Amino acid sequence: MKAHLLHRDSEFDWRPPLEEAALREAARNGRRNQTRTCDPQRGLPWNAETLTADLALRTLFETMAQDDDCVFEVSRRVVLGGVSGDIDTIRYRQAVLQDCLAHPAVIRELYTVAVEATAEQQRHYLGSFFARYPDAVLRHGIDLLSAMLGLLRKLRRIADAQAGNFTSEGATKFFAMLQRDLDDEYLMRVQRDLDELKLREGVLLSAALGKGNRGANYVLRRFPQRPMNWWRRLADALDRLVLRCRERIEVCPARLRPQASPVYSFALHPRDEAGARALAELRNRGIALVADALAQSADHVRDFFGMLQAELAFYVGCLNLREALGRKGEPICMPVPAPADEQRLAVRGLYDVCLTIKLDRRAVGNDMAGDGKRLVVVTGANTGGKSTFLRSLGLAQLMMQAGMFVGAEEFRASLASGVFTHYKREEDAGMKSGKLDEELSRMSEIVDHLRPGGLLLLNESFAATNEREGSEVARQIMTALLDKQIRIVCVTHLYELSRGFLERDADGTLFLRAERDRTFKLLEGDPLPTSYGEDLYRDIFGDRLSRQVDLPAAAQ
Amino acid sequence: MTFRSILFRDPGDRPSGGQTGAPNFFVDLNLDQIVAAIIAGKEEYDLAPFFHAPLRNLEAIEFRHDIMRDLEQPELFNHIGAFARNMRAVRDHFAQAGKLRHRLQQQAWFLDAADIYCDAVMKLLKDMCSISLNSYGLRAFLDHLADYAGAAAFRSLFQQVKQLKADLAAIRYGTLIQGTRVDVRLYEGEPDYSAEVLATFERFRQGEAQGYKFDFSEPAEVNHIEAQILDRVALLYPELFGELGRFCADMADFRDQTLVAFDREIQFYVAYLAYIGPLRERGLSFCYPQATAERGEIYDYEAFDLALAGRLAERHQTPVCNEFHLRGPERIIVVSGPNQGGKTTFARMFGQLHYLAALGCPIPGRSARLTLADRLFTHFERRENMGDLRGKLQDDLVRIHGILDAATPRSVIVMNEIFSSTALQDAIVLGKKVAAEIMQLDLYCVWVTFIDELASLGQKTVSMTSTVVPDSPAERTYKILRRPADGLAYAMSIAEKYRLTRDMIIERIPS
Repeated sequence: MKAHLLHRDSEFDWRPPLEEAALREAARNGRRNQTRTCDPQRGLPWNAETLTADLALRTLFETMAQDDDCVFEVSRRVVLGGVSGDIDTIRYRQAVLQDCLAHPAVIRELYTVAVEATAEQQRHYLGSFFARYPDAVLRHGIDLLSAMLGLLRKLRRIADAQAGNFTSEGATKFFAMLQRDLDDEYLMRVQRDLDELKLREGVLLSAALGKGNRGANYVLRRFPQRPMNWWRRLADALDRLVLRCRERIEVCPARLRPQASPVYSFALHPRDEAGARALAELRNRGIALVADALAQSADHVRDFFGMLQAELAFYVGCLNLREALGRKGEPICMPVPAPADEQRLAVRGLYDVCLTIKLDRRAVGNDMAGDGKRLVVVTGANTGGKSTFLRSLGLAQLMMQAGMFVGAEEFRASLASGVFTHYKREEDAGMKSGKLDEELSRMSEIVDHLRPGGLLLLNESFAATNEREGSEVARQIMTALLDKQIRIVCVTHLYELSRGFLERDADGTLFLRAERDRTFKLLEGDPLPTSYGEDLYRDIFGDRLSRQVDLPAAAQ
Repeated sequence: MTFRSILFRDPGDRPSGGQTGAPNFFVDLNLDQIVAAIIAGKEEYDLAPFFHAPLRNLEAIEFRHDIMRDLEQPELFNHIGAFARNMRAVRDHFAQAGKLRHRLQQQAWFLDAADIYCDAVMKLLKDMCSISLNSYGLRAFLDHLADYAGAAAFRSLFQQVKQLKADLAAIRYGTLIQGTRVDVRLYEGEPDYSAEVLATFERFRQGEAQGYKFDFSEPAEVNHIEAQILDRVALLYPELFGELGRFCADMADFRDQTLVAFDREIQFYVAYLAYIGPLRERGLSFCYPQATAERGEIYDYEAFDLALAGRLAERHQTPVCNEFHLRGPERIIVVSGPNQGGKTTFARMFGQLHYLAALGCPIPGRSARLTLADRLFTHFERRENMGDLRGKLQDDLVRIHGILDAATPRSVIVMNEIFSSTALQDAIVLGKKVAAEIMQLDLYCVWVTFIDELASLGQKTVSMTSTVVPDSPAERTYKILRRPADGLAYAMSIAEKYRLTRDMIIERIPS
């Protein structure tokens, strides 16, 4: 039973996020230490941390999670681990998401059931001491599965009531799966199995002779279904009474023989304590296999709910984000993904989702017509919204590739084989290598992972050295990458660099410029030799502190 | 060919029963350490007597060399190892059968012993047939093995065992536990509960579940509940258990005594090869020495002290290799030079090589030719014995006298620092006298001494010295090289290090 809400034919790798969520929760509540079995980096790109920092993704995940650890971890992985080059999966998720946006209460109810299952698991915790005893494990399995049975019935009821309201392929198949695999007959069979496993009728084992003629290979057998009427029961009880009185080996009376073979019986002396222990152990040997089977079954059911919770968590996260943006009155839209080789990048009203959540007012939206452009060069005024624009672009690209809506009025873009960021870093006092050295080492790491069709966001890279050198370094790197079919969006103050592209590759390059008036609007415009740094300087220090005044300004 | 023993081609080569215990020189040459390490873990075979009995003729040595060479094929070595494990399992099963109280359990262990034995015999036959054997000893053994395995007695044993094992393995019985009452009956094919449970919940599977492993203690012996059940299982299958009882009564010990002896004696080779295997992996060489009864030429290249190599291997180190080569009239190697430079190790090595060669074993070295000594004598310094009234010098002389009395021209003598407890002049005089005696006997000898004069007594003596690293005299190379005894070379290098040469002192002391 697979939910298949995130992929049409395969599963979401749900174990790492669930485990991380459990660890986060345990750490916060000071519960006992949980051990890590999955690699926490599994399913995340190598530059997950860098992306998270450069694109301020934590705000996004926190808004999606609304303090739910599972939603946080799942969203983190789905967004960062996004799909590349698989438009089909993006459309599949977009359709499911449309359904979810239309019926938020149903998705939240399903999610609650899955969460309840996890809580139930924690309530029925089997300590390691008892895990050594088959009878304890068996009893635990029965209790736990009985509790799970109730939740399975709940899932089935939701499916029955809601299946008709959903139209997407993913949701329709999901409800159909619940109805098919949790049908009445099946649920009754589970109930019956759990009742019978209480073994009220005794324990029937088969065995063989092992090493040294010791009994071995004990297997618990299901009783042949034979109804006993009242006089058979009475006769049976009388015979046992006789046997117990004699306490001797005796051939069982013919009436009690279930089949033709002879039955040889004995009874334990009531004061034989060692014998009672031996008999209990024999019984445990017999039920060891079935206890293991039931425990594994309980684990399977637990995993089913875990998988369900994880797949639903992503959509719950999307609902939470939509509500947060809706409160701000920000628009959202379903992006239109295009194949990687089409070089599409056209946006209208694109804003930074993370920024708007932090702001009191609405964020400024930007437009861009970048179809057919391999390179976008953003220049212009300081604090003119360049970085914000770069971030909003990277964020929207990731969200689109995860199958989410994006923060824009319109968004159409080619898929990227990977999203990479290279931002100027604060100087690290502890570092031995110089700043340019550090920048180049990071770039080299990125180049190790870059493939054609990748999207690289450069934010004031290589400004650590003088303009001529920095421009030359950047130029060599960028032209090489562009030749390798890698799209680049570049925020830079390096006039030499931007002018170079303006002179040599004006057709393939889109130039955007942040305006001096601080509207945070970017407009198409060729790079200028100044970034209006002195404007900012004046703003902050005031004219009176500025001794050197631009000659043209003074002339005005 | 009739097979008698894998260790001795001629029963006459077998040492007489009276001689036991290690030879006198074992401790001096550290052979006690070597043998202890070789036979460690193989106590059940009692191999020490074989290592205490050197061979007396060249054919006996050749016989072992050939077998050893065959066993150096990894396949055969492993096959013999498998056979040894099986035969040990047979012995263990006998022992276990003796310890158990329940008759049906004793019988099962006895039957298993026979089963393992039958398989071991058949497997060994098959394994050895698949390998080309060049040694007379192993080919003769294989003939015996094939005859034995083809004979009616073994065939019949084999069939009985297999039939009984198959019948017992086919037993399936049912046990119904209701409260304190236990029913035992035939198994009627009721369905497996755990399989049904797994099938029911299979649809939820998302991957592997960890599964629970329950540990039950598994003693060999049944408890009294299991015993009562076993009694009733026997009642369910009366004929089979009757046959089992008769089988055990008829076959007291089913093993062929020649095979049992082979199993023990082949371990001589196995143990030795197992011991030198890791040393070879460390890059040390072993070779089959050419043994000779004649004088004239003996040598060994890249040789080393086997006991030292064994100890160093534990620390992942290897010893420094040394060589010697005596030609024509050369008989006595006089070893002198700086202390702690490996002189005693060299002398021990010389003795070990001759002794190991006489056992018919491959010896340390890349290429070797050694004399087959009739006897080996060692004279190493003893701690002074308080109870003994003789002085140390006297003791030295008494012992060397005994050795020279007993030695023949075919003996080998290893002497380490005798006459160290007397004046140098006395030592020189006494040493020369003893040397003359030895030269008279014309036997091979290594003599470690501080007396340089002994190194140049004539064409029968060869001088070898321990050496130091030229630039750092405190460091030893552990190389013993053939060159004139020159105590000064070492003394001068130390002096230089401390700037105490004549010129240096003149220079250092202001005029």
